[in-house]
Amino acid sequence: MRADPADYKLVSPRNLQAVLSLLADEPSQWLPIAGGTDVMVLYSAGKLPNRKLIDIWGIPELRQIEVLPERIRIGAACTYTALRRHEIISRDFRLLALAASWTGGIANQNRGTLGGNIANASPAADSLPALLVYDAELTLISVRGERRVAYRNFHTGYKKTALAADELIQDISLPRKFAGYASHARKVGARNAQAISKVCLAALGQCADSVIRDVRLALGSVAPVPLRLQETEHLLNGNKIELSLINAARKSVMKEIRPIGDIRSSARYRAAVAANLVAEFIEKLAVEGTYA
Amino acid sequence: MNASLEKSAKREVSFIVNGEEKILFAHPMERLLDVLRNDLGLTGAKEGCGEGECGSCSVLLDGMLVNSCLVPVAQASGASIITIEGISTHGLMSPLQQAFLKCGGAQCGICTPGMILAAVHLLEKEPEPALSDIREGLAGNLCRCTGYMQIFEAVARAAQLRMAK
Repeated sequence: MRADPADYKLVSPRNLQAVLSLLADEPSQWLPIAGGTDVMVLYSAGKLPNRKLIDIWGIPELRQIEVLPERIRIGAACTYTALRRHEIISRDFRLLALAASWTGGIANQNRGTLGGNIANASPAADSLPALLVYDAELTLISVRGERRVAYRNFHTGYKKTALAADELIQDISLPRKFAGYASHARKVGARNAQAISKVCLAALGQCADSVIRDVRLALGSVAPVPLRLQETEHLLNGNKIELSLINAARKSVMKEIRPIGDIRSSARYRAAVAANLVAEFIEKLAVEGTYA
Repeated sequence: MNASLEKSAKREVSFIVNGEEKILFAHPMERLLDVLRNDLGLTGAKEGCGEGECGSCSVLLDGMLVNSCLVPVAQASGASIITIEGISTHGLMSPLQQAFLKCGGAQCGICTPGMILAAVHLLEKEPEPALSDIREGLAGNLCRCTGYMQIFEAVARAAQLRMAK
């Protein structure tokens, strides 16, 4: 049933401190809303459990992208459009810029935010595998202070996160050490725009004389959380690219993932595609890796 | 639902719509789409899917293309909004609208307002779009009549006319 707007409260605090105070006063009662591309869908359908919302769209601290010598710090309420248009992100963090370009159509990219994608914690979100391979770190903030959490430890289960009831994601920080890596991103879905992925891959790596170094593989839609393929990475690192290695990697991928069958795809199809995408990257690495 | 919950009060919202200042009272979580259609009588923006997938409710919010079904009206407070009604001048179609007419880009008309606004947004950023730019710029707008080719053609034609001027 359609929601009645009179049943919902929406407040727009002027600054971050006021947002955090509300979250602290009544933990778990308030739901932050930025661009609304997820929250408003649930709301319209009458399926939003929270009745109190805090508007964080207009909080300037959450919209900044700060470029430091060692890191880039992306405010949690930065939109996909902002990511795509940012010079350093589109040059040195191509996997993130590409994923941003796949996320919905232009109207959704103008409103959807990276922090929202992380907090919403969908295992099918296109930008999350990129954050895994770039070693993203999150700053979580509350009235108690701020703490840093490695993004790989943030998702604790299907749609479960390490975010405490009074905390907000403040920024996403990426180390600037991957500019020279070969990179590869692929989304497999029913269509390129709008469709939610059946499987998506973000991969980074280096290769010299056909030997793989520091390969990083992450997949979306193949497990309850966005998944880094550590066992497959371990199997590949330090080894020479040849057919037997690629075949071993395919097997390892299939063993490491935990895909489900749902309305978008079957588990078997997802496993086959996941293995193909990783194999495709290794082949690409053999050709391009030496330029890095 | 929970009957003991307090109801939220309507609050004053003011913004500029198609160049005119509008002040009204609305619940903060009312969707911008509903306020435009029901309170302001601007029925050009349509509700298709109601979940940000079809683009038929597209408007420009401070120059940015948005799905107005996903914007709580409180977030539009103080903003400048352009709807399809603000695209023509003195009842005359804009060159983009004329191109849609000429190329057969509008058939049943449900998607057309959103398509036009997505195209306006695209041409602002990219005055000489390649076909791939047009396809990407309009990818969030679904049409079940035209098969899209006439729409792409209309946008390309409008871009050429603009550049020729």
